[in-house]
Amino acid sequence: MNTSSANLKKIVIEPVTRVEGHGKVTILLDEKNKVHQARLHVVEFRGFERFVLGRPYWEMPVLVQRLCGICPVSHHLAAAKAMDIVVGVDKLTPTAEKMRRLMHYGQTFQSHSLHFFHLCSPDLLFGFDADPAIRNVIGVAQKFPDLAVQGVMMRKYGQEVIKVTAGKKIHGTGAIPGGINKNLSIEERDVLLREIDQMVAWAQGALKVAKDYSVENLEKVIPFGSFESNHLSLIREDGAMDLYHGNLRAIDAQGNKIFDQVDYQNYLDYINEEVRDYSYMKFPFIKALGTQDGWYRVGPLARVNTADFIDTPLAEAARKEFMAVTDGKPNNLTLAYHWARMIENLHAIEKIQDLLNDPDLQGKGLVVKGERRGEGVGLIEAPRGTLFHHYRVDENDQVTMANLIVSTTNNNEPMNRAVQKVAMDHLDGAPEITEGLLNHIEVAIRAYDPCLSCATHAMGQMPLEVSLIDCEGKLIDKKSNR
Amino acid sequence: MSETITFTIDGVEVKGKAGQTIMQAADGAGIYIPRLCYLEGCEPFASCRVCTVIVNGRPQAACTQPIAPGIVVENNTPEVTQIRKDIIEMMFVEGNHFCPVCDKSGNCELQAIAYRLGILVPKFPYLFPVRELDASHPYIFIDQNRCILCGRCVQASRDIDGKHVFDFVGRGPEKKIRVNAAARLADTDLDITDKACDVCPVGAILKKGVGYAVPIGQRLYDKQPIGSDIEANANK
Repeated sequence: MNTSSANLKKIVIEPVTRVEGHGKVTILLDEKNKVHQARLHVVEFRGFERFVLGRPYWEMPVLVQRLCGICPVSHHLAAAKAMDIVVGVDKLTPTAEKMRRLMHYGQTFQSHSLHFFHLCSPDLLFGFDADPAIRNVIGVAQKFPDLAVQGVMMRKYGQEVIKVTAGKKIHGTGAIPGGINKNLSIEERDVLLREIDQMVAWAQGALKVAKDYSVENLEKVIPFGSFESNHLSLIREDGAMDLYHGNLRAIDAQGNKIFDQVDYQNYLDYINEEVRDYSYMKFPFIKALGTQDGWYRVGPLARVNTADFIDTPLAEAARKEFMAVTDGKPNNLTLAYHWARMIENLHAIEKIQDLLNDPDLQGKGLVVKGERRGEGVGLIEAPRGTLFHHYRVDENDQVTMANLIVSTTNNNEPMNRAVQKVAMDHLDGAPEITEGLLNHIEVAIRAYDPCLSCATHAMGQMPLEVSLIDCEGKLIDKKSNR
Repeated sequence: MSETITFTIDGVEVKGKAGQTIMQAADGAGIYIPRLCYLEGCEPFASCRVCTVIVNGRPQAACTQPIAPGIVVENNTPEVTQIRKDIIEMMFVEGNHFCPVCDKSGNCELQAIAYRLGILVPKFPYLFPVRELDASHPYIFIDQNRCILCGRCVQASRDIDGKHVFDFVGRGPEKKIRVNAAARLADTDLDITDKACDVCPVGAILKKGVGYAVPIGQRLYDKQPIGSDIEANANK
């Protein structure tokens, strides 16, 4: 698309609000407000791959989780899984694996609840172009107090699960190379069991909100920021959804398998990353399909699409209902992420329920040792999608190479496509570019629950500033919510 | 029998034996005086100054200052606490102490004293020095970023292990710990069972692979503040 022609105006949404991290959107319009280009830019630089070099390998699970304050457990566990390989351990003890799973499901539950209730529910409950003074989490708390309390309590429950498995609600130390550093005491288990039935019920309620919104607004949901794409996730050997461990599966928009049951230690044979000059975030793609056709979605929508089934009964029933909308074919609707996310939320709490009743969690075998290796890859299905950690470690135990492909990076191209699609559908030719119209762009981005920096500082109210600039850089108009 | 000497610490009468330091007498009385370089069994040399007390109006190092009849020692007062906080804060800014990811966290004496003194954020500017790592030894890892130059490893290696693996080199800002080899720790005769491997108060000398094996909540200073063991003597 030509972006250098004269008389183009540039709209900048900076920062994008109610997402984790800092990003901005630029939209180039001509004199008749026709959209020429719309892009999501990630404006933060992440230097973790550089400054972990030289550090001892056992620090990685604790060090790299500092990437993020929202889902640090995902980085903690992905690094720990890579370091399991480095210390020569291919199979953990049942106690270690189940403690890690419990930690991870707690993470998924709190992160999905946070996103649904705090970040995206204002758009769904009040409308995309509702008054921004109401269209926020405080507005939700005022008009839907029961729902708001459930959101807070569900997130708290997930954080409590993390605390008893990792030692702290944020940035704990539970997973260590080759295992875990604690088991679950009877007292810790019983505290969590007291509220588990309530959490399952609330997760079902949240799923109903997301499903009802999608079904009742199908005419709006179907075209909104939607496009066909490939989908990628980990998958269990029997085809079940598995958020903690599995092999890689990629499918195309019709559900045909591009590759399946790929050992992720060999991910570099299948995945590559492209660099573009307008973003610090790379653009991953499936090697065999190239940059044009190889991009893919990850996260809840991709995982529900790639899974043959879910191994917990309530979430499986919900998955079947979800897949019926598209006659069993992959769902390629951007707004369907919310529904899929709440199916996963229910799955996570069902898994927590199962694990709390598993006596293996009180086992004594915590760590396994093996023969040191020079390299390890750890993958996990983080709340926002497939997370890759890859390290090389020298004979002195120091890290010599780190490559992290974070979940949101995998969704870079889809988010850009969603931004472009919504801009074309809603802004193109509009007589006036209102805040409500611009929020449509943010709604599309929010559906992916991006963690743009994997940083802690993006929660809460963030300033929204929109500048209308002509092609010569002259400021025509500026609006701010501050 | 040794002569009993009576003096006061913060107005409380304390009895010690002739030849004891203020720190030894205070320990016996269950009064905690913070310290970092002091190593039991070795000759104190007052390098860290964290044990500074005010004796009859003058600052002195409690680890080397002998007790005397009737001396008035100020220990837990706002003035002394401020001196110690300044010293501790300078240690933090002189090195690169990233407590959140340090495997010594929870077992670190520097961190524990900072917590005990109520330090939140150092008021001095961080220097962010460029420091070396030595991971060459199969069992021991040296991270100079965290070294506070207390000298415990120097003393332990020389006086207890009889090896002289570590020593100071340089002066002033250039002062650092060096190993007794051309370049690397692996070329010394340091053994994992040496006392020198166990005395570092911070995370500068660590045993490899131990990492975060002790969960949060069960680490040494998770349970009680540093000095609590000494203060328990007060009730005996």
